[in-house]
Amino acid sequence: MSDFDGYAAEVAIQITEKLGAGEVTVISLGPDVVQESLRKALSMGAHRAVQLKHDAPVSDGLAIASALAAELKDGGYDLVMCGRMAVDTQNRSVGIFIAELLGLPVISAISQLNVEGGLVKARRELEGAYELIECPLPAVVTIDEGIARARYPSLKGIMAAKKKPLDVKPAQLGAVTYALEKMELPAERAAGRIIGEGKDAVPELVRLLKEEAKVL
Amino acid sequence: MANVLAFSETRLGELRRAGLETVTAARQVADATGGQVHAVLVGAPGVAQHAAKLAAHGADVVLVMEHDAFTHYNPEAVTATLAARLGSGYRAAFFAASAMGHDLVARVAAKMKLAYASDVTEFTLSGDSVAVAHPGYTNKIVQRFVLKATPALISLRAGAVLPAESAKAGTVETLTPAVEPASVRVKVTLTEKAAGGKIDLGEAPVIVAGGRGLKEAANFALVEALAAAFGNAAVGATRAVTDDGWRPHSDQIGQTGRLVSPDLYVACGISGAIQHLAGMRTSKTIVAINKDKEAPIFKAADYGIVGDVMEVLPVLTEAVKAARAGA
Repeated sequence: MSDFDGYAAEVAIQITEKLGAGEVTVISLGPDVVQESLRKALSMGAHRAVQLKHDAPVSDGLAIASALAAELKDGGYDLVMCGRMAVDTQNRSVGIFIAELLGLPVISAISQLNVEGGLVKARRELEGAYELIECPLPAVVTIDEGIARARYPSLKGIMAAKKKPLDVKPAQLGAVTYALEKMELPAERAAGRIIGEGKDAVPELVRLLKEEAKVL
Repeated sequence: MANVLAFSETRLGELRRAGLETVTAARQVADATGGQVHAVLVGAPGVAQHAAKLAAHGADVVLVMEHDAFTHYNPEAVTATLAARLGSGYRAAFFAASAMGHDLVARVAAKMKLAYASDVTEFTLSGDSVAVAHPGYTNKIVQRFVLKATPALISLRAGAVLPAESAKAGTVETLTPAVEPASVRVKVTLTEKAAGGKIDLGEAPVIVAGGRGLKEAANFALVEALAAAFGNAAVGATRAVTDDGWRPHSDQIGQTGRLVSPDLYVACGISGAIQHLAGMRTSKTIVAINKDKEAPIFKAADYGIVGDVMEVLPVLTEAVKAARAGA
């Protein structure tokens, strides 16, 4: 489970714990290996899980969101939570696409969340600033750093998760118009060097920053 | 001959540097294809004052949308307006890969039912497709994608295209909101700058970052002092430090935090976990100060000093001050 998805699961579970009501359903699209992440969320305290089975890798956020929105179209929820981005493709698109496909309001990349009086109240970190945002429920939010850390499942939670429902269904992907051609390693950094020990090395460092790196 | 749109980001009435980068990128495409650059300015009444600067950076037309309900970011009204405008025939549209830009490009793409390319570092248009590169797998890999969508919606990583002047007419036209800006579902109620008017991590030419090697939150004063000595530096931190509450989460650099590439990155008491390296390894020059000479940060660093940060930082701070005073 990626970090952001872990935060999303944690926040969802915390909301149901605080309310003493409601259920958390976790959904993942992918090959059977995603069942490990779903079981982890169940052992953290989620109530049920759905795998939208799709074996080939796909990086088109709209195609993925179409499949997730199809699963969500019949409603039955107040809040849909996604990680801010997948850590492989780093596209940041799926949560926002799901909202549009479902006709729901969405607030992306939130670092704080309060749900009260039928409203979502959230905070988003900006570059050197932040903003406070609100929208009515039902809504979609995508989760950034700072909101919560995923709990470690307890032994009791792990045992209970084994009995919770995990449905497997085929994913209904949309058309793919954004495809990965290839991956390559970023340019290697030239080997660095240790220029000395302790404060005696400072004059040489400052000289290099001025004369070689030209950043001073 | 299709035109190219650039969304020029403003915040609280100020034009952001990213807003010039998108115009410069659009200019590059328009110069290659023969189209015009249409820059979009959205804000409270008065935001049109920035049109001249966009013209100087290559905007043939500046589309201005002013309304009190645009004092803060208004995602739904801006999305509806841009989606309607882009539907009238553009080859490409550039947004900043910023907090606002990431949100907006995805909303516009969703509204238009198009895929888009996020956080792009390189782009090449040819025929009806665009080849783009962007970092993936927490910046450990460069991914090359082909996007077959018109308009090609692209968010540009900060610094991928540097603002360049290329004076054009910059004819100001009024852009009418496609929906009533005050009656939207998603409302930003407050936009507030971080305390102390700090330079943002994404924009600072120099970043001084601290890790667990500083031993306690109070010792971040040494990091702050070195940053102040550089004059143009921001302060960053590792996740270990922000998790412990020594610094706010917004200062976190790394896999799940900010991705930065300043001219100079000074890592103080940072061991160099791969999650941290993912956020800063593209910095132009990296300096590491750490007492463990086996720490992985020294493999990423151009210049390393093996030593106690508490001892080295005050001396370095004075030396930087002296060097800048003499320069």
